[in-house]
Amino acid sequence: MNAPLRRAGVVILVLFALIFGKLNWVQAYKADEYRNDARNKRVQIAEYERPRGVIQAAGGETVAQNTETEGELKYQRIYPKKEIYAPVLGYKPVNLSAVGVEQFENDILSGSSDKLFADRLSDMFTGDKTGGGNIVLSLIPRAQEVAWKQMTNNQRGVTKGAAVAIDPNTGAIQAMVSMPSYNPNPLASHDDKVAFEAYKKLDADKDQPLLNRAVANTLPPGSTFKVLISAAALENGYNVDSEIPAGGVYQEGGATIKNAEDEICPDSEVTLKTALTQSCNTGYAKLGVKLGRDVVIDTAKKWGFEDEALHVGDLEAADKGLPVAASRTGPIANEDGTVDKSALAQSSIGQRDVRMTPLQGALIAATVANNGTQMRPYLVQQQLDADRRTIYTANPKPLRQPTSSGVAEGLKEMMISVVENGTGKSAQISGFTVGGKTGTADTSEGANPHGWFIGFAYDEDGKAVSAVCVMLENVPGGHASGEAARIAGLIMKAAAGRGGD
Amino acid sequence: MSRIRGLKTRRNAELGLLVFAMLLVAAFGATVEANQFDEIRANFWVPAGLIGILFFGLHMVVRFTAPFADPVLLPAVALINGIGVAFLRRLDLENAIANKLAIPGFFAETSGRQLAWTLLSLILAAVLLLLLRDHRVVSRYAYTLGLVGIVLMMIPAVLPASLSEVNGAKLWIRLGPVTIQPGEFAKLALVSFFAYYLVRKREVLSLASHRVLGVDFPRGRDLGPVLTVWLFSLLVLVFEKDLGTALLYFGLFVVTLYVATERSSWLIIGLVLFFGGVYVAYLLGETVGGPFANFYDRAEIWLDPFAAKNYERESGNSYQLVQGLLGLGTGGLFGTGPGAGSPFKVPEVRTDFIFAGLGEEIGLFGLAALLIIYLLIVERGLHAALAVRDSFGKLVAGGLAFTLGLQVFVILGGITGLIPLTGQTTPFLSAGGSSLMANWLLIAMLLRISDAARRPANTPAERASGPKKAPTQLHGAMTEVIKP
Repeated sequence: MNAPLRRAGVVILVLFALIFGKLNWVQAYKADEYRNDARNKRVQIAEYERPRGVIQAAGGETVAQNTETEGELKYQRIYPKKEIYAPVLGYKPVNLSAVGVEQFENDILSGSSDKLFADRLSDMFTGDKTGGGNIVLSLIPRAQEVAWKQMTNNQRGVTKGAAVAIDPNTGAIQAMVSMPSYNPNPLASHDDKVAFEAYKKLDADKDQPLLNRAVANTLPPGSTFKVLISAAALENGYNVDSEIPAGGVYQEGGATIKNAEDEICPDSEVTLKTALTQSCNTGYAKLGVKLGRDVVIDTAKKWGFEDEALHVGDLEAADKGLPVAASRTGPIANEDGTVDKSALAQSSIGQRDVRMTPLQGALIAATVANNGTQMRPYLVQQQLDADRRTIYTANPKPLRQPTSSGVAEGLKEMMISVVENGTGKSAQISGFTVGGKTGTADTSEGANPHGWFIGFAYDEDGKAVSAVCVMLENVPGGHASGEAARIAGLIMKAAAGRGGD
Repeated sequence: MSRIRGLKTRRNAELGLLVFAMLLVAAFGATVEANQFDEIRANFWVPAGLIGILFFGLHMVVRFTAPFADPVLLPAVALINGIGVAFLRRLDLENAIANKLAIPGFFAETSGRQLAWTLLSLILAAVLLLLLRDHRVVSRYAYTLGLVGIVLMMIPAVLPASLSEVNGAKLWIRLGPVTIQPGEFAKLALVSFFAYYLVRKREVLSLASHRVLGVDFPRGRDLGPVLTVWLFSLLVLVFEKDLGTALLYFGLFVVTLYVATERSSWLIIGLVLFFGGVYVAYLLGETVGGPFANFYDRAEIWLDPFAAKNYERESGNSYQLVQGLLGLGTGGLFGTGPGAGSPFKVPEVRTDFIFAGLGEEIGLFGLAALLIIYLLIVERGLHAALAVRDSFGKLVAGGLAFTLGLQVFVILGGITGLIPLTGQTTPFLSAGGSSLMANWLLIAMLLRISDAARRPANTPAERASGPKKAPTQLHGAMTEVIKP
């Protein structure tokens, strides 16, 4: 009987080895996957054991914080400014995935970053639950609130749009609003059902409140694109006073280009500066066709179009931040690849397949105001540890050099003329020198056009204080860009620390 | 040579190992307090001390009644039993803290009850050792035990669900607040009966055969008993809705049969019958439903516990299994440390899923150690079976040790998702009196048989039990080797 007994022993050994093998599978191979499974509350409980870092706007105003709860998850995330900051901050839900600053700065906020290693090490000995690191944003509360207030209370009853303001010298984002926005507080609810229902409702909303229109939505830029055609012209032998062909109507292939009003550049020739000031469609369409497709596309690319990798967040890593949708010029080609001249004519005035994000618009204006150098945009000014010692400060750096300071100077002169004498008068700020370009982009048949304004402002000392882009979708009642220009002026004034109270 | 070594009783080694085991239990308790209270209170060692005193009592009984018993068995089981009590105490502490209750006393709550069950179990084990000086005596009551075993096994199946069903498996007898799992005791009785029956029948079962494909198969008429037990197991599967129990009974029988006859054909027949039966039950569950539905559900859950359709359904969902797996995964290699995990995320963490709760806190390394201790117990039991001289003792010790190992496999396999989950207790670890008492009786029996195995032929104890009589029955005889 001993031989089978020994074999029975071997059978038990094999069975236990199977269990051991399976335990290795569960506890070693699959461990990370199981740890991070949405159905696993353990990690969440541990995560909510320590307070998440606070997020502040420039100057210290708190925009994301925590309160202690009695529940299993010890800290409830609170967003006191609700809709105003939501598109930038995003939210940190219990079960869904985080977005916005809450997502891309999660390692600092949650305390898991290597930079906070000292905190974790001391926790190990003291048994404390030191909170995560804190984030200070570059957003200026006054500019942000003016932007939100002016956008949501616009005089045309527009419900969708976005505004971005940038410090031209540094790339620091001063304001970024997207409309409609959402209240992130229900999404951070500890009650799964509340959070999920809130998300489902927002996600199903046809106005897409969860979409950050400032960076993630591209629309035809209309006449604001003329700034880039002007840049191309100035680089190709034109100057601001060069005469360019214009006229009341311009027929190119199947496309008929007209001006917004009959009194705009009816003459056969007009100076470049006047063409921009009055927003002369025929002049720019002809100019674009003359410069040629490759020049138009290359210039747009040099100014930031077609950039699929841009993130606006912190400057440590190029991919850390809110992803910015690539702005496009479109192919401007016939099916056989040859230049489609009618498309080129339309593209030169920012129609056809040209698409731009509001952020890209603001970057163009900022580049002009910064002598042709485009600074990398960023949102995170500082990272602080739990004791508010600085562990990172944004160190502004150029993103690209689209043009020379000479060309920038010319563009500046022309854009200032737009605000002082032309279509952008609503953007004027008393005491400041403001430049810019309006844009009214026709959309599909029958829909109201989008109103754009991109611009910059110099204060009394001649310092570039802000560059801005305001975009209002489907503005009813004509002159779509005027309201955008008015809002842009107020935002820039607030960004410079004036008004807005 | 072997005589001289055999003279050593090794009782002091047992005592030393026992002290070591209790030190580990005390250390576990200390870590729990450090994690739960952020301090180790002065009386952290009391539960380990209390349970240590109980084991010391049994050790003394062994010292005097089974001096040659295997010295590893008692400390190994004591360690698992002690960790079980300490883990239950840890659950009680967290429960009290979470609900802002006073810290429970050492004799309160689940861990206090488990301590009492341990006391009762050790008394039963001691009584068995004291009364049963020769394990062969059991064979006299074989038929009675067989009957008792079958009755115990059948009771939950015939009782109405309200009195016997817990979590979809009908394995219990509920008498007010007390629940008994009669199956735990049934397996002891059945092993004894099988051993007796097979010792008597082994010649017939092992000699008469047809040879097919190089394997000797038994004659049709000799298949009777194995078919009966197979049918019985399937009935258990269907009516008690529990694959694990069925596997346990059937495995137990097939293995004792195989050991008795030395015929691998029995194993083949057994495995084919069992897995064939299980597969048919699965198909029936899918198509017919009814009594097979529960088993079908469990098999579906086993195949993909994380699937939303299995996780989210109203009843019989995989929530428990998934939470257990997530807990084990969260623990990872080293675990969160005793007292630092979230075992209450897993339903039934005190009983069926104690291994998952423990695994979150002691990690893969801790569980592997625990697994090795179980393996040690089983292999020591099998070792006793190898060494004991009589056939009945061999079959009883072998059957009991194998059953214990199989039970550990069935529940741990269920929790880790290796096999469909069944409602077995984890021996010596889970909260509950039936399992603890039955398994301690099993250990007492193994101690008794190992004592007989290691006892020199002519020790004073042997002489004291009177002059050796020639065995009157076959089952009392020494093993004779059968060569087919």
